[in-house]
Amino acid sequence: MGLFILRRFGVMLLTALCLTFVVFFLTNLYPNLEKLAKTQGNQRMTDEQVQTWLDNRGYTDPLLIKYGRWLGVVPGFTNTLDDGQFVGSCARPGLPREDVPSFCGVLQGEWGYSTVFKEEVGEIVAKRLGNTAYLMFWVLVLMVPTALLVGVLAGMREGSVTDRSLSTFSIITTATPEYVSGVIFIAVFTSSAVGLKWFKGTATQAMDNPTFENFFLPVLTIALYGMGYIARMTRASMTEVMTAQYIRTARLKGVSFPNIVMKHALRNALIAPFTVIMLQVPWLLNGVVIVETLFNYKGFGWVLVQAAGNNDIQLLLAVSVVSVFVVLVTQLISDIGYVYLNPRIRIS
Amino acid sequence: MEPLTWTGFASFLNPILLIAIALVVISALVNMVISVFASSTPPQVNPDGTIAARGGLPDLISNILHWSFLAVVALVILYAVIGIFMGPAAGIVGAMSQRFLPVWIALVLLFSVSITFKRRLGLYGKLFDSPIGMIGFGLVMFWVFTGVLGALDLIVTHDPLSQVSGMKNKVPGTPLNDAEAGEYAWYLLGGDNLARDIFSRMIKGAWIVVQIAPLATLFAFMVGVTLGLPAGYYGGRLDTFLSFLANLILAFPVILLFYLLVTPEIVATGVPNYMAAVLFVFPIVFLAVLLNSRYYTQPSFRTPLLIVVLGVSIWLYLALISTEGYLVNNGKVAIPGLPAILDPFDIPGGILVVFVSVVFVNSPTVFRIVRGLALDIKTRDYVAAAQTRGEGPWYIMLWEILPNARGPLIVDFCLRIGYTTILLGTLGFFGLGLPPESPDWGSTINEGRKLLSIYLHPALPPALALLSLVLGLNLLADGLREESLKD
Repeated sequence: MGLFILRRFGVMLLTALCLTFVVFFLTNLYPNLEKLAKTQGNQRMTDEQVQTWLDNRGYTDPLLIKYGRWLGVVPGFTNTLDDGQFVGSCARPGLPREDVPSFCGVLQGEWGYSTVFKEEVGEIVAKRLGNTAYLMFWVLVLMVPTALLVGVLAGMREGSVTDRSLSTFSIITTATPEYVSGVIFIAVFTSSAVGLKWFKGTATQAMDNPTFENFFLPVLTIALYGMGYIARMTRASMTEVMTAQYIRTARLKGVSFPNIVMKHALRNALIAPFTVIMLQVPWLLNGVVIVETLFNYKGFGWVLVQAAGNNDIQLLLAVSVVSVFVVLVTQLISDIGYVYLNPRIRIS
Repeated sequence: MEPLTWTGFASFLNPILLIAIALVVISALVNMVISVFASSTPPQVNPDGTIAARGGLPDLISNILHWSFLAVVALVILYAVIGIFMGPAAGIVGAMSQRFLPVWIALVLLFSVSITFKRRLGLYGKLFDSPIGMIGFGLVMFWVFTGVLGALDLIVTHDPLSQVSGMKNKVPGTPLNDAEAGEYAWYLLGGDNLARDIFSRMIKGAWIVVQIAPLATLFAFMVGVTLGLPAGYYGGRLDTFLSFLANLILAFPVILLFYLLVTPEIVATGVPNYMAAVLFVFPIVFLAVLLNSRYYTQPSFRTPLLIVVLGVSIWLYLALISTEGYLVNNGKVAIPGLPAILDPFDIPGGILVVFVSVVFVNSPTVFRIVRGLALDIKTRDYVAAAQTRGEGPWYIMLWEILPNARGPLIVDFCLRIGYTTILLGTLGFFGLGLPPESPDWGSTINEGRKLLSIYLHPALPPALALLSLVLGLNLLADGLREESLKD
């Protein structure tokens, strides 16, 4: 088991390296750098001015060197401009020139400096990730129990009306992407045209003061899309368990139906959905980006959109490292959890 | 001209429909509660030894559910039929139903022909045995016909890009101020923020989806199958390497990938063209290997066949990836491609990049599915038999393993078209790729959501259209899965 986890960590590291390199490559393509120069410097710069701006700040160095600087294995770029201004990949506004470290990369714990927000990348990501974690927590609280309940109820008696209605419900939710359900919810529950006005159409205030009124719709929107899939998996697993020999034996010896479901079937039926739930978490990340844009909730997804839209290289790299980490860690947990939960694998 | 109401002449049906829907919902809920708590009534044993089911409360409820559901379906059809004959007199619903007349005809023809010959049509015919599958297929074909016929200008009422003065943000059913002769007199689903007809934009949006989604999914399948079969069959280093690549792409959040790939700056560098050049090779490789492995024992037949097939597909390939005689032409790099004379169609950079990135995102998942299926199937006896017979590895992969993996693959194909539709919508929602005035559903939803608290009508029709198409594909996949399991 230890070796297995160690190997997985190795693969994880390799994946993160490859992935950040791809992101690095794409964000450092010349048209992207040109856009960066124009948004940072001046929109009306000529091509030569763009070139000098980039040269002066080390953006035109070879790709591998720049990547090494970001990693922290190559000394940071430093340059003094003609007007005496000191620039460099490790320089920060307000930091005296003598204190600028020569290495500043991920290995030194420096995530870089965001060109859009004018703030340390590490701080931005930590703060926004906190907002998103809060959102995700409530999403999971709403999604997992509901999905399991729907799945178990549907799978309990295959082919019954309950099964059909709940299966229809879960198919509809899997067919409704967040931007569709979000728009429908906003239209029905918040607009003055329908007049219900039960909830608020934006979650901007929810960052400081989350209430049911301004926070429920974003949570519901993300939860619904993921819910259908988990429910269908739970249903499949439940129907399989309900046709197993030991359930029939229990029925034949006269155990009541509720007892069979609660004591005999449920535990075994919940092993498979666990894996699905863990693998669903990275999927929620997509939903988070859409919902945070739709409801104007400034979390991790919102940062991703801002960073990508403005070609903020270091912020984008940090964002991709975090998302890769989320994907791979959830995979690891689902693998370990599966082994741990399933007695047939655990004992052998 | 009077503004149209929703149902017009057919308004007398509204209360009946409401009652029927209420009955369906209530009886379904009651039924659910009962089935959880109440134990089923045991059948009654008659003195002559026969047994009879006792009609208890649950029975009554499920009867109500059954009949009220049928009533709802019948009423909806009735609305459509009244609409076909009365047009705008039967309100917005009627007028839309009349505009959709070509679609209804096509659907009725398709269904009647298919149901008549369903026993001879294999898996497709069996689809018509499952109600779920039929509903799904109906929904999907509705949008396919709408897309195709809409592209022929049969259904649309106005030009989707032209603006009509005085129609900005007008509610559904608003008449035009001074409609000229021959011009449709109403905006059936209202006008959007730029005074364009929402109904026509929704119809045109269907055409964009119908063009891109199935084709992109097909390409993703070609890539996934061509790489997944050898990975699963050979295993070893090849498998490790390809699986690592697939997991790498899958570890990217889709939206980050879109934001990195689908921007004007990236299009300017030509990266999508290079990716297209790589990804679109796979279908050719697939076709070549498929035919060669089957017919290499008959060179006299194989050689001309391969020349024709490969000639056509390479020509299409070059035409697809080259624009105006160049593969890439961005001022710095110019790689000449197919001469413009031989190039029958040019794909605009925006569409190409959308297409490529959707294929790129989908193919690793297909790869994993195909690899898993190949791993499973290669242990079967018929594969061992083929190996003993001395068949080559590619013959075994493509003519032994692939046909036996078709069930799950067809089901996944349907689901994946739905997923691709969602991805296209996501791209439009973030304003990536397609031009901003494009009528695709994602962009329209994105535009409409900005004024959502005041005007509902611009955002809802494309949202519901996308929902119904994806729902249809999901139901179709479910129906196919059910029917293919019965084999």
